Amino acid sequence: MIDERVLKSEERAVYALRSLYGKYGYRAYKMSKFEEYDLYVRNKDFLISDRIITFNDTDGKLMALKPDVTLSIIKNLDEQPGCKQKVCYNENVYRVSGSTRQFKEIMQAGLECIGALDRYDLYEVVSLAAESLALISEDFVLDVSHLGILTAMLEESSGDVQLRRELTRYIAAKNPHDLERVCRENGISPEKTAAICKFIGIYGDMDSVLRRLEPLCTGEAARAALAELEQLRKLLDDCPWKDKIHFDFSIVNDMDYYNGIVFQGFLSGICESVLSGGQYDKLIQKMGRSGGAVGFALYLDLLEDLGRTERDRDVDVLLLYDEEDAALAARETKRLIGEGKSVSAQRAIPEKLRYGRVLDLRKEGRV
Amino acid sequence: MINVALPKGRLGESVYAMFETAGYECPAIKENNRKLIFENEAVGIRFFWVKPSDVSIYVERGSADIGVAGKDILLEYQPDIYELLDLNIGKCRMAVAAPRGYHDSGERTLKVATKFSHIASRYYADRGRDIDIIKLNGSIEIAPILGLSDVIVDIVETGTTLRENDLEVVATVVPISARLIANKAAFKFKTKQIEEITAKLKGLVVKNDSDL
Repeated sequence: MIDERVLKSEERAVYALRSLYGKYGYRAYKMSKFEEYDLYVRNKDFLISDRIITFNDTDGKLMALKPDVTLSIIKNLDEQPGCKQKVCYNENVYRVSGSTRQFKEIMQAGLECIGALDRYDLYEVVSLAAESLALISEDFVLDVSHLGILTAMLEESSGDVQLRRELTRYIAAKNPHDLERVCRENGISPEKTAAICKFIGIYGDMDSVLRRLEPLCTGEAARAALAELEQLRKLLDDCPWKDKIHFDFSIVNDMDYYNGIVFQGFLSGICESVLSGGQYDKLIQKMGRSGGAVGFALYLDLLEDLGRTERDRDVDVLLLYDEEDAALAARETKRLIGEGKSVSAQRAIPEKLRYGRVLDLRKEGRV
Repeated sequence: MINVALPKGRLGESVYAMFETAGYECPAIKENNRKLIFENEAVGIRFFWVKPSDVSIYVERGSADIGVAGKDILLEYQPDIYELLDLNIGKCRMAVAAPRGYHDSGERTLKVATKFSHIASRYYADRGRDIDIIKLNGSIEIAPILGLSDVIVDIVETGTTLRENDLEVVATVVPISARLIANKAAFKFKTKQIEEITAKLKGLVVKNDSDL
């Protein structure tokens, strides 16, 4: 039996999440730590970072420590027309971390739903993302965006891909002043500039965002994307966490990778997003498959910062014994553990051990 | 409680004055002592002074909810933060400067001395110019004089230091001013407070403009 009190937040999360995803029919997927480097070269546009740790296998083949889980999952899944493949995983990936700019081992748990997607699947995955966060802490926010709206709005404004990328960066940074300046410098009309700037200010609870967004979505593509968000909102009506699911268009994730609905999850007390995901149909098509895909990953190593309470001692009892009294030491240790205490049996007092009380069974100690 | 990282120095003092006018005063900050953290519980604000180039780190890592940093620092370090407002103070520009009369023929690799290696690399990469970056930490102006570099990329405020060292601006890279930045996660959980501070400071930015 597992004593849950000794589990760290991230370990508790792994158990809870696997059980949750299992209930919705997501099959656990275990993969190897290594993948052929070639897979990433062919799909480098779909990697968050193109910095990969590589090494030569015993037969000389160039291998990589996995920087990403999704590519391996898609590669290995069979395609079944009209069906969806639902898998969940808990894996380590190796990539350059945003804040430290160094390679890092990142512990991820997540799920992928791949195949003939419909609006139910988008709802299910967004709702599971919210429930995943709720399992870890009640104090969370799940920000959802639709890249279709953003893309439509930018495409209506400019045909220049570089400029659209720059504008996207300002939208992601909620930066209206530079956005306005760059629009002006590049001859985008004042009306379009005003609409894009207004777009930055639209975030918050789902209903109010939809109301304010309506007049801005004039083109056909933007209206279609808006309709998808409205459908999602309707389906989430019964979701117990709907107040914590917000719409926010500064969530752009990686626009080369994602299309459609994207989202990020935040937990109070952690300085960056702990969950990231969305629809990635483009990758599926690039890999020669039909249908679409949606999924997310939770970065479990970030949970270390959550509820970090320093214990004031390493063990309750320091038990000191003589070697010839090993049987007595064994008996006493069992007795103390039976009383719910933790015990470190030692023959001398370790320098850095912090303990509650000492039980000295040594002859000299008993004198 | 909102934690605010302020840049030590003259800019930080001007920024604090704006917070004070906006109603987020913390009188203890004006006492002449070496304390770095000041709090006004009644208003729900805590200020701390940090090195100007460290403000974005405190904000990105969430030790500060918001902060004020120069656009130069944001462009150089590219922190993943929200940039909510241009405070329109601490105005200057990032510029390329060279010894008076210098002509870049484009025939050989250009040697560029700078504290801002990322900004300089990007500026010349956009122009397809091959450069050799020489990263320095101060007194950039003497690099061309001593033949260490052909040009420098640095912040220019009035141009006095350049003139005194017989240098002149040959191109402006980007205009710089102080920006109000916020930690992305903090913004999700303290939305109302951060929005309120931004709105109040924004009101003061307009006044600054009309004063000019």
